[in-house]
Amino acid sequence: MEELRKKARELLTSGAVKVIIGYGPGSGKRVRAVFVRKPEQADLLICDDRCLQNLAVYLTKPEVKALGKAAVVARLPTLRAILQLAAENQLTDGQVVALGISPEGKMTELSQFKAIEEFLAGFSFELSAEEKATLEKLDQMTPEQRWQFWQEQFAKCVRCYGCRASCPLCYCEKCLAECNQPQWIPAASHQIGNLDWHIIRAMHLANRCVNCGDCSRACPVGIPLHLLNQKLAEEVFKQFGARSGMKAAQEYALCNWKLEDRENFIK
Amino acid sequence: MSEFEPKIVAFVCNWCTYAGADLTGTSRIKYASNVRMIRLPCTGRIDFMLLLKAFEQGADGIIVSGCHPNDCHYTAGNFHARRRWMMFRSLLDFLGIDTRRIHFAWVSAAEGAKWAEFVNSVTDQVRKLGPNEQYQKLSQAGVE
Amino acid sequence: MIIEKKLLKQDSVEKLFAKLKADGRRILAPKAQGDEIFFEQVASASEMAKDYIQTTLSPKGAVFPRVEALFRYQMEGKDVKIENNSEPQPTVIFGLRPCDAASFAILNSVFSWDYQDSQFKSRLAQTAAITVSCSRADEYCFCTSVGGSPGDTKGSDILLTRIGSGDYLAEILTEKGKAMVTLAPELFAEAPSEDKEKYLAKVPVKFDLKKLTEKLPEAFNNNELWMEQSLRCLGCGACAFVCPACVCFDIQDESKRESGVRLRCWDSCGFSLFTAHTSGHNPRPVQSQRWRQRVMHKFSYFNDRQKYLGCVGCGRCSRKCPADMNLLEHLKAIAEAR
Repeated sequence: MEELRKKARELLTSGAVKVIIGYGPGSGKRVRAVFVRKPEQADLLICDDRCLQNLAVYLTKPEVKALGKAAVVARLPTLRAILQLAAENQLTDGQVVALGISPEGKMTELSQFKAIEEFLAGFSFELSAEEKATLEKLDQMTPEQRWQFWQEQFAKCVRCYGCRASCPLCYCEKCLAECNQPQWIPAASHQIGNLDWHIIRAMHLANRCVNCGDCSRACPVGIPLHLLNQKLAEEVFKQFGARSGMKAAQEYALCNWKLEDRENFIK
Repeated sequence: MSEFEPKIVAFVCNWCTYAGADLTGTSRIKYASNVRMIRLPCTGRIDFMLLLKAFEQGADGIIVSGCHPNDCHYTAGNFHARRRWMMFRSLLDFLGIDTRRIHFAWVSAAEGAKWAEFVNSVTDQVRKLGPNEQYQKLSQAGVE
Repeated sequence: MIIEKKLLKQDSVEKLFAKLKADGRRILAPKAQGDEIFFEQVASASEMAKDYIQTTLSPKGAVFPRVEALFRYQMEGKDVKIENNSEPQPTVIFGLRPCDAASFAILNSVFSWDYQDSQFKSRLAQTAAITVSCSRADEYCFCTSVGGSPGDTKGSDILLTRIGSGDYLAEILTEKGKAMVTLAPELFAEAPSEDKEKYLAKVPVKFDLKKLTEKLPEAFNNNELWMEQSLRCLGCGACAFVCPACVCFDIQDESKRESGVRLRCWDSCGFSLFTAHTSGHNPRPVQSQRWRQRVMHKFSYFNDRQKYLGCVGCGRCSRKCPADMNLLEHLKAIAEAR
């Protein structure tokens, strides 16, 4: 943590960046995103197990961009989100400095995408055993049971769009959920509207989600939304061998094709 | 009581399947009248939202069909569509939606007979599944 | 105004539920789903969540549902048949907190302001509140700063306070409350001469409301203040949707060919779309202005027009904010600014 604060102070003092997006003290035992703009505020920065929010979500916000060049405290999913944003032409090389935090809590300054790629190459992007087991459990249910499970979950959804707002890859200025001519997704949080919304969200994040889990953490009613994304991420990997957020220049699996793609479900 | 007759919505591409279905007609081959065809420029244009809307509007079954691989009028529309359907199908299955109600096919402009056979087989399968209760129950749920 | 005080044994709650149901009422009570607690219909009192400071969503859905049909229509030849929503079922909300109970008057002040919203009013008229006072509070609670308290009787029909024996001291507060007692008079025994105060949570006053309301009009133009407070705000609607006093709604028409329904759905001023015009112009183009709107509406405009605050201090917005926007902290900062 001292290392991080020292680096933050340095970066701000030298003027290399104008703002450090990091974690600072929040309500009670919580931490929250802080935007450190003065070297003397660097001591606010915290880096421990509570720091889970994917801060890459702020990199595309106009208000935050207006503060000037940013350095962002970045755990693995945040680093992946940065590369994915780069792959989608939302960030350019050198626009952001990542203060990469390894799972052991060690900080590395990564100022180029290439450095982030190399750093990430050292870590597996496999789901944890626990995550796999949860997916497995759902897969083993009958379709009726799965339907029941998800309908109960979606019945809680109030359509606050916390899942969308917290997602670093949901940067569209106008979301499909807001289009009303024609209106594809009912704005009402009834069962059809909620089902449509969650299908759309999952589909639009296939091969883009970096598995940070912020959608589920943000959800005020406790819907395990990340499972939908994990399912599709696994499916994309299985079928097309693609993982999101690995390279600053990589193709999007769903904007791509191979002659030999599986088609045993097509008559 | 008359037997349940499913409503099937078919999303087809303009260049192959629609022309194929035309051939079915001009060849005077009879096939199930349960199908309502919606012509789109290309399978690449068949957004998965269209399929969801069809279910919401009361479809019991859905057909999606277009040009065979390498035959796409726009070169690769069907290849892109194929990947999207793979993901969509696995997501629907994960959500517990009955994927036996959605059928995909490649039907060329020369395959009038295949189209008739395909529609008949889908209609039979969906007839056996019965009305799409999953979606019918949803339509009023969550409104007070 | 207390009509009378009684004692309700803890094992009598189940019997009370049975009597209320026999009277044709639905009972909404806190029920756990995973880590979250929702007001749901319960078959038995044993299904209720045991230990909670606050529920996830407020009970406002009973009077102002998340999605409600205002009317349905059906084309019949050249005619249109319009069907109004049916009369709401009599409802008893059990286990809400005094802050939640206080919110009904706020909602009502909007729905019966210039236009009398018959659907809301009939739901409200059919709803009775059996509130349970708070024995615990957390750092997010600030009811006492906005005119409430952990044992406040405002808005409740019956207020229950759990006393040492585990039984409830019942304060019967309104005619509606009395009517419920009349359904099962045998369950309500003579009240012991206990003071409920000692069983209540301690919630210190956390800011000076008068100072806050005085300072807000002036703070309106302090762009830096709003910008600094809201920089981390993600612009979701979680705060508004968990809030017991947020009343904003959106009207949605959903139609098939010959029939359709007009729906009223919750909406939130935190969304950029909330104020977007058809032309593309948005009078509140940035999140800081939406955050300002939220604070100003609740603590300044509401106060001026409705003679109520738009906040009961339940703390849900802050507990549930994914970016830890802590309303209390920001209000304090404004009230204490020099």
